[in-house]
Amino acid sequence: MSVQSIVHVCLAGLSTGMFIWLVASGLTLIFGVLKVLNFAHGSFYMLGAYCCFSALSLLGGNFWLGVLIGPLFVCVAGCLIERFFLRRVYQLQLPYQLLLTFAFVLVFDNLVKMVWGGGSLGSPSVPGLSGSVTILGRAFPTYNLFIIAVGPLVALGLWGLIEKTWYGRIIRAASSDREMAAAIGVRVPQMFTAVFTLGTWLGAMGGALAVPYVGLLTPGMGEAIIIDAFVVAVIGGLGSLKGAFLGALIIGLLSAFGTRFIPTFDMFLTFILMAAVLLWRPQGFFGEASR
Amino acid sequence: MNPRWQWAVSALALAALIGIGLFGGRFAVYLTSRVMILSIFALGYNVMFGQTGLLSFGHAAFYAAGAYGLGLFALHVTPHPLLGILVGVAGAILLATVIGFFCVRHTEIYFAMLTLAFGMMVFSLIWNMRDITGGDDGLVGIVRAPISLGLFSIPINKPQAFFFFVLFFLALTMFLIFRIRHSPFGLVLAGIRENHRRVEFAGISLKNYRLGAFVISGGFAGLAGALGTLLERNTDPFSAHWSHSAGPILVTLIGGLQTFMGPIVGSTVYIVLREIIFQYTQNWMFWFGILLLVIIMGFRGGIVGALAGKSKH
Repeated sequence: MSVQSIVHVCLAGLSTGMFIWLVASGLTLIFGVLKVLNFAHGSFYMLGAYCCFSALSLLGGNFWLGVLIGPLFVCVAGCLIERFFLRRVYQLQLPYQLLLTFAFVLVFDNLVKMVWGGGSLGSPSVPGLSGSVTILGRAFPTYNLFIIAVGPLVALGLWGLIEKTWYGRIIRAASSDREMAAAIGVRVPQMFTAVFTLGTWLGAMGGALAVPYVGLLTPGMGEAIIIDAFVVAVIGGLGSLKGAFLGALIIGLLSAFGTRFIPTFDMFLTFILMAAVLLWRPQGFFGEASR
Repeated sequence: MNPRWQWAVSALALAALIGIGLFGGRFAVYLTSRVMILSIFALGYNVMFGQTGLLSFGHAAFYAAGAYGLGLFALHVTPHPLLGILVGVAGAILLATVIGFFCVRHTEIYFAMLTLAFGMMVFSLIWNMRDITGGDDGLVGIVRAPISLGLFSIPINKPQAFFFFVLFFLALTMFLIFRIRHSPFGLVLAGIRENHRRVEFAGISLKNYRLGAFVISGGFAGLAGALGTLLERNTDPFSAHWSHSAGPILVTLIGGLQTFMGPIVGSTVYIVLREIIFQYTQNWMFWFGILLLVIIMGFRGGIVGALAGKSKH
């Protein structure tokens, strides 16, 4: 195997990984603070993609305008879901929380089919980033390089928000001890709504940016990505953003090399890794030792 | 619901089922066969979910183990249905023992994620090992051979005959699960659900009991898978997909968690309502999502729970 193909497999892995990270970041943020594993996150991703598509076709076809405006609609949905549904099941047993978010998967998946039709929609062109660049004598899509750059930027932004700002300190306080934070005057319910909305926005943004990356919009796209996001979130340790970032890199590279060398067991490998991490280190690579 | 009522309702349901089997049209017979198979899947699932509170997203793998176990046995060894079912259930139990051994080390969200991971491993194997499993085509051309019992044989090729074949297994499943629920083993499971610390302090190994429940529900999932394959005469790789595990969860919740009849009522409502909604819209899952939301937000006892609650007051 030549250096050229190794570099290209790595690049493909990096872009896949960063792309999954964009989705998994919101999932992990929500789990870390609200302790709810959100099945509907894949639906937010899908809705983000579809809303971006509609927004850009209504506003004259500029992709970047669609990316800015589309996910905002999904945020409203996320905000309402937290405020009127999730808030009422925090005190219930875990299955009810999981199933509530699963119910939203069913609702949104079919809503998309009703509104946008069951077929697939083609991808719009991206001004400035269409085409490809030549790396070591082989073409690589420019847009995928852009995704590789956006991933770390999102990570940096989230790290800054959580570690360096006043809001971040409140979020950390409430996620480590809900009641104590409430006792010292943190308005926990409002903060949960805000965090859930931010998480939703990240998922929807991932979807909007996915439009040119995956090329096609299909009603099943949310269900496909949510499992990848789960794998990444689990490998990194549920609730750990740092872990999810690293997990996304590992899964991206693993699946890129897997597809290249053992295509039959590519998917199998991912889930083996997920199970192994859950069994031997359930807190993940960066999760806290006690849970 | 008190036990006497439960028996009355069961007897009534049995009479209705026999009536459908004898006089029902082709479509009604087929649909009811599917209700019964889903009921077996959900009844088994409820041993674990309803009794111990563990939510598994991997039981589709055991359904598929039953389906592919029977399918492969029928295609390569002998199409004898009873032997095929035996092989399918044995395969499912074996797989559930291995997977369960690892999964019961965790509870709650980690358990759900582990079962998801193992279930998807099985799915990826079925999907990718085309030579053995037929990949995305599944196994096709499985025949419903007559059940030969030495001196005589019973044909089950006709839908009506197969209906009674499934009904026999549903009755068997109900009997077995009723016995399990009321055995010391079942009572310990209920104890684990209510307060696992106290059960542990009583000197009982939680892991072993959870594994027991896991394997039992896996075995019934395998039975449902084998029967489903005989009904459709082929296997579907997506029967191993995690989203298929949501089926028994949905029907258990619709019918009523922790009740004996819940899964059966839920299966009936699920499949019949689906056919009705399907007449009007392709997107029937949308309405099930709404129904699920209503149940979770307001009626967590499900249909049976709501009815039982009413009769109590």
